[in-house]
Amino acid sequence: MSFALDLFSVVAVSGGALFYLAGTVGLLRFPDAYTRLHALTKADNVGMALVVIGLMPQVGGVLAGLKLVLVWLLVVFSSAAVSQLIARTARRRDART
Amino acid sequence: MPGRWKSGDAMADFLLWMAGFVVLMVALGLVRVARGPNRAERMMAAQLLGTGATGALLLFGAATGEAAVVDVALTLALLSAFASIGFVKFAVRQDQPPEDGEEAG
Repeated sequence: MSFALDLFSVVAVSGGALFYLAGTVGLLRFPDAYTRLHALTKADNVGMALVVIGLMPQVGGVLAGLKLVLVWLLVVFSSAAVSQLIARTARRRDART
Repeated sequence: MPGRWKSGDAMADFLLWMAGFVVLMVALGLVRVARGPNRAERMMAAQLLGTGATGALLLFGAATGEAAVVDVALTLALLSAFASIGFVKFAVRQDQPPEDGEEAG
């Protein structure tokens, strides 16, 4: 059981790190602001979610796990709001030029 | 003693390596701050920095068993959200030419 949980953690955390890699590569390689924002929000939401899910069996305790979920919810909400705001800024800039 | 190793040593080592990897990725993303053509791209790199540092702190906290690191991650997530929102308010105000202030809002 412990081995299965450890394996689950390794797989999920590795997947999350892969999404961070994809977010960085997308931010560096994509051509314009909107596609870069697309890559960034993938790293924000999926990468963070996979890391938190993978850490869930490792923290040892329901309260610590709930705290991880709280951090994840805060990141998801702020990322959603901020990506909307950044996209609106970029769109106003493009509309002017 | 800097921290007790809550999980097995191999798992703690793996989580530490993953935390280092995420920090490396975020640092590479900061190249966009130097290259990015304008402020929106630079702010995206800062947003990635906030998210990646939060994830790396969570990984670090789980690897060392330090519960306080999760509080640091929580604070950093909150601060990075406010930093981005403050940027957008500032950018919108600064981008408006002084003569057409009537469409503000």
